Amino acid sequence: MTYVADVSALARKDLLLELRAKDTLPSMLLFVVSVFVVFHFSLPSGSSDVAASGLLWVAIIFTALLALGRAFVPEREQHVLDALVLAPCDRSAIWLAKSIATFAFLAAAEVVALPVFALFFEPVSGPMLAGVALADVGICAVGTFVGATAVATRARELLLPLLFLPLAIPLVIGGVGASVATDPARYLGFLGLYDLLFALLCWAAFEYVVVE
Amino acid sequence: MSGHNGKVGRAHRIPLPTLAVATFVLVTLALALVFFVAPNDADQGFRQRIFYFHVSIAFTSYLCFGAGAWKALRHLWKRDPHADLESYVAVHQGVIFGALVLLTGTIWAKTSWGHWWVWSEDQLVLFLVLFLFYAAYFMLRYSVDPGPQRANMSAVYALFGVVLVPVSFMAIRLSQRLIHPQVFTRHGANFGGWILVTYLVAQAAVLVLAYTLYRVELTGKLIDARLRELRLA
Repeated sequence: MTYVADVSALARKDLLLELRAKDTLPSMLLFVVSVFVVFHFSLPSGSSDVAASGLLWVAIIFTALLALGRAFVPEREQHVLDALVLAPCDRSAIWLAKSIATFAFLAAAEVVALPVFALFFEPVSGPMLAGVALADVGICAVGTFVGATAVATRARELLLPLLFLPLAIPLVIGGVGASVATDPARYLGFLGLYDLLFALLCWAAFEYVVVE
Repeated sequence: MSGHNGKVGRAHRIPLPTLAVATFVLVTLALALVFFVAPNDADQGFRQRIFYFHVSIAFTSYLCFGAGAWKALRHLWKRDPHADLESYVAVHQGVIFGALVLLTGTIWAKTSWGHWWVWSEDQLVLFLVLFLFYAAYFMLRYSVDPGPQRANMSAVYALFGVVLVPVSFMAIRLSQRLIHPQVFTRHGANFGGWILVTYLVAQAAVLVLAYTLYRVELTGKLIDARLRELRLA
């Protein structure tokens, strides 16, 4: 039970910080809407709706990158991560709490982004919504992990997309499949499998990234 | 890196000169078999012979990534002092052979299908993803100061790689249904006789070549580390 308490305390800390400082979410919202406008002009007129739903996934991945790049900045600037590692809690709780907080930000951004997408491009279908939800879990699990890795390096923000994008390619394939295929169940199943595999791996391996 | 003299010789069960000679003999034999003995493919003719290199290099590359992950696991699990360096060298060889897979794959795609890049070729796309992933591994490794944390991060990342291989393969297979309905079949039904012998020899040649390169690089790195230690002492 202490594990759950640790995770909820840490996640609450991130959400509270965001609620007070409003660092991340407004910029994510502005970014995703700007990306949609850019997409509108980069799609030649007469291109199909299928292309637009593919672009939604580009927007989601890059918006998530924006949040992930910020995720460990407070920890780094105030040296909170050192203190958290010293605290008598399981290290994986740090990862889980940060993933939950990032998921909350990403979901909040999508609550606005998906209706805007529907308004600008094409209606959002049920399988697409399920795909977005499942992909968000994978994006936050893996992204938080590589985010923690990237802040420990000299290159920092530069390294995050390089580490994250190759790992996110299967998520994009699954997500696009769920959005446009006639048999989305297969793709949703794949996304679920990805989430499970990588969440387990991140949960087990996080300790090695933060502890020397 | 706290390598000690006695440990340097640990992995050296087969001496390097023997390995070098074995590589030379096997590669020569494989080249002879590929160009003079193996029959021409019924559909693709002479150019199909690149298959012997392409597939054996691809298999070797997977094996190198696997070995890198295994050594990474040894590092995290048993704290084997040399495992980090061995893991890095294995991944390095894997990336070199992976680049060769991309190269031979594009040449084969150009001669067979007239395009330098074919998105419907699963292996090729998978190797592109892996190449990007492991290139980021090097970026990560050289962006952290040498020490236990770098070893841990590299090890964890190398382990991510072996999970990413099957997951990406599944994803790419899934995407083929979506984007390209037809899949090219690589080899015909007649996969026997000299074709099989040639393939096996080529495979053995590339494997021994990779192992020799791995050993040469590892020995060089260990000597380097030892030299640095002596200078500091």
